Amino acid sequence: MSDLGIRESSVTGGLGQSPLRPDGIAKSEGAYEFSSDLSADNMLIGKTLRSPHQHARIVSINTAPALAISGVHRIITAEDVPGKPTYGLISSDQPVFAADVVRYIGEPIAAVVADDEEICARAVDAIEVTYEVLPALADARLAKDPNTPSIHPDGNVIREQNVITGDVSVIGDVVVEEHYSIGMQDQAFLGLESALAIPDEDGAGVECHVATQWLHEDLGQVAACLDLPESAVRLVLGGVGGAFGGREDLSLQVHVCLLALATGRPVKMHYSRSESFLGHVHRHPAEIWMRHHATSEGILVKIEAEFVFDGGAYASTSSAVLVNAVTHAQGPYRCEHADVKGIAVRTNNLPCGAMRGFGVVQACFAHERQMDLLAQACGLDPLEIRRRNAMSTGDRLITGQVVESVAPVSEIIEGLSRMPFPQRAGAAEEHPYELPGGAGNTTRPDDVVRGIGYGLSIKNLMYSEAFDDYSTARCQLRDGIVTLKFATAEVGQGFITIAPQIARSTLGLEEVELDVIDTNVGSAGSTSASRQTWMSGGAVEAACLRVRELVYQHVATAEGTDPLVYTIDGTELVNTNTGDRRPMADVVIGLEFDEEVEYRHRPTVPLDENGQGDCHTAFAFVGHRAVVDVDIELGLVRVVEISTVQDVGRALNPLSVTGQIEGGIAQGLGLALMEEIIQRDGRIMNPSFTDYLIPTIADMPPVVAELIEIPDPQAPMGAKGVGEPPTISSTPAVIAAIQDAMNTAYGSAPHLRRVPLQPSDVAKTVNAGLGD
Amino acid sequence: MTNIHDERHFELTVNGERHEVVDVYPGESLLTVLRDRLGLTGAKGACEEGECGSCSVLLDGNLVCSCLVLAASATQSSVVTVEGLGGATDVQTAFVECGAIQCGFCTPGLIMAATNLLERSPEPQTDEIREALAGNLCRCTGYGRIVEAVQTVIAQRGQGAS
Repeated sequence: MSDLGIRESSVTGGLGQSPLRPDGIAKSEGAYEFSSDLSADNMLIGKTLRSPHQHARIVSINTAPALAISGVHRIITAEDVPGKPTYGLISSDQPVFAADVVRYIGEPIAAVVADDEEICARAVDAIEVTYEVLPALADARLAKDPNTPSIHPDGNVIREQNVITGDVSVIGDVVVEEHYSIGMQDQAFLGLESALAIPDEDGAGVECHVATQWLHEDLGQVAACLDLPESAVRLVLGGVGGAFGGREDLSLQVHVCLLALATGRPVKMHYSRSESFLGHVHRHPAEIWMRHHATSEGILVKIEAEFVFDGGAYASTSSAVLVNAVTHAQGPYRCEHADVKGIAVRTNNLPCGAMRGFGVVQACFAHERQMDLLAQACGLDPLEIRRRNAMSTGDRLITGQVVESVAPVSEIIEGLSRMPFPQRAGAAEEHPYELPGGAGNTTRPDDVVRGIGYGLSIKNLMYSEAFDDYSTARCQLRDGIVTLKFATAEVGQGFITIAPQIARSTLGLEEVELDVIDTNVGSAGSTSASRQTWMSGGAVEAACLRVRELVYQHVATAEGTDPLVYTIDGTELVNTNTGDRRPMADVVIGLEFDEEVEYRHRPTVPLDENGQGDCHTAFAFVGHRAVVDVDIELGLVRVVEISTVQDVGRALNPLSVTGQIEGGIAQGLGLALMEEIIQRDGRIMNPSFTDYLIPTIADMPPVVAELIEIPDPQAPMGAKGVGEPPTISSTPAVIAAIQDAMNTAYGSAPHLRRVPLQPSDVAKTVNAGLGD
Repeated sequence: MTNIHDERHFELTVNGERHEVVDVYPGESLLTVLRDRLGLTGAKGACEEGECGSCSVLLDGNLVCSCLVLAASATQSSVVTVEGLGGATDVQTAFVECGAIQCGFCTPGLIMAATNLLERSPEPQTDEIREALAGNLCRCTGYGRIVEAVQTVIAQRGQGAS
């Protein structure tokens, strides 16, 4: 598939090097334009009215008092949506504006457009909505009860999916079971939702500059709601301030376009932090039960599990999240028999959907906590139980799919076992900053106990279940300059850095320019599921290879030889027959080529009712070791260090890989220790960075990362996606380390089974008298 | 002690230049005025309550969250934003070269905070760097490359001085 022959190329800024981000200088100088920085002459501001009720019938909406405010131009509601009234990624079940019923606190009901922010806020407050409050369905376990009334015409069950294989009656010598909970995590990207919509002069179309993860998916959904042909809607990527799954669903796109078309003027919308918590989907909270069966030697024989995912009011990507969870229930371990059940349901809670590691984060927390329980029951250490069960290439998953990807799980375990441990300074020398209480100086050094824990995971890459997953890229060669065009959303991950690297190494030309990222080229698919290096990287490589082939043909014709004799070495074209070398920059003078390619990964199939089928494309593996200091009395935790060994296939840009690893681990640490959206009766109690805490630089320990670079034969350039794995098993590693510290302090302590951890989960052990 | 002649019309000194600010709402923050009135969008808003540091600027040499400063109270002060650093300072260059920038939304605030830290304390230890920058949230990088960037500047300045 891939041409691995030129991979050790010496072209400056080629693959395997870490050239600088093309947007780095602009970002460092404040000159880079994020979508929230955009403005236009004659621009108006839009704002959304949202439901204050979890579940209610809308009796009436009176916009007259708001329209009477000077400076208010228009107010739109469901009646003003000319096209499809609903949208959604997998099923179109979410209203652009609630028409008759609201199903969660924060659901959009109307949008105002006015001269400025202040007038917008007053107008939103002045809209009079009469509601008839309905009983709210807040408990996911109730939602699946057939006697519970449906809150949506599509029913309360979004999807059920089981994975059943082998002999489900098998019983192991050793059996461990437990219930686990995962709280609702927020993507908490820093760049809030924002967009600028500019109507065409004739009013027949609109251009929308928006921070998103998937321009073409937005385009299709937006055009349908606007009742415009896709050709009349142009989406341009506005500077994106992080995404992490939270920009995969539409938020304000349709609203802002409607307002621009309604007024004939440019309209900007941007959310505040508190509105952002309502305006995008979150990581699914999950309730998980697992029972692991093993031989007395600790060899896994059967996994039983039940997953309940609270999808909130609308489906979003709940279906894909559920499938990821049930198909990854075994973790990176061999297991012959499985009885895994899963369900994702609707409730009147916040809609949930994609977030980094979707579905696998939840499954991994449970299976890794189970592996630690099993280790304890078998009298093995945590690495040994994992070593004995480590999956390898060629093993069959519980779905029946054979793992064809490079699966270096044993190598990951060995790598982790070789990592040196950080030394704890003597209590006398320890600076308060280095204690769990931090600068607050609340911890007595004598109460600190160190713990060590491990987590391993397997993650599918790209989209699954027969989805027609592709990416488009165009390579133009003119005047010796290569120009790449793609619609791949750059959200901070650095595709705009590696795309030129791919072109340089493939073509031996150092001057590479990037065209605007917009919908004037085919879809690139979403910047999610760890897929863009593989998919859009594969598309860029394929387009560049076509251009290279045309260069070879041109030269071969001129020299009267066969194109097959040529190769590129660094920046030179080499005739392998004669040994003749010429700089590629000279060879391409006067040549013009323009090639566009759609890259597809190999097809996948849907799961059958027993969850059997080759539903995933490829897999990546990772392991984490956390070292923590725990104030056993106060329940405070300081993560001292996280080490990781990650299967990356091949690091196309080592600095970017490091960035993904460190950044992903920070989000995993956040879920372990602090990040949770707290809802009470469907209302978010902590919709701010004051109360929804994400790790600061003081919370993040040093990360020691080792990469396993075994190029994957199925991956373009051998490179696997690296974005999600760091987030997945870092969470259980941190919790396992805290458990280890508690066990050290008390001999044994209650099994930790919920994230994020609360200080009381640790401290109550003291109060229970276990510390004496 | 501020000297507000007219809270809807005043002048601000930003990056060494006097700017006339007209027709603002009385309660507008310095961040809003910088971004929406003066077109200086380098300072970012990600929380607007002083928690994230994205809007960090220097007010008379002190690091502040511009979202928490009433614009009309800053008329007698000198404001420096990321645009006023001049570009390609050693701190900015180190952030670019060390991989401290991904989405970059937090970057201007962190550059202001790091610049200010190194003015106050030329050779901070790692703990001090972490403590000083703990008011600036970054969601992409996990901070490892940010610490690296600051340490790189310290090392470069140390070599330059010797």
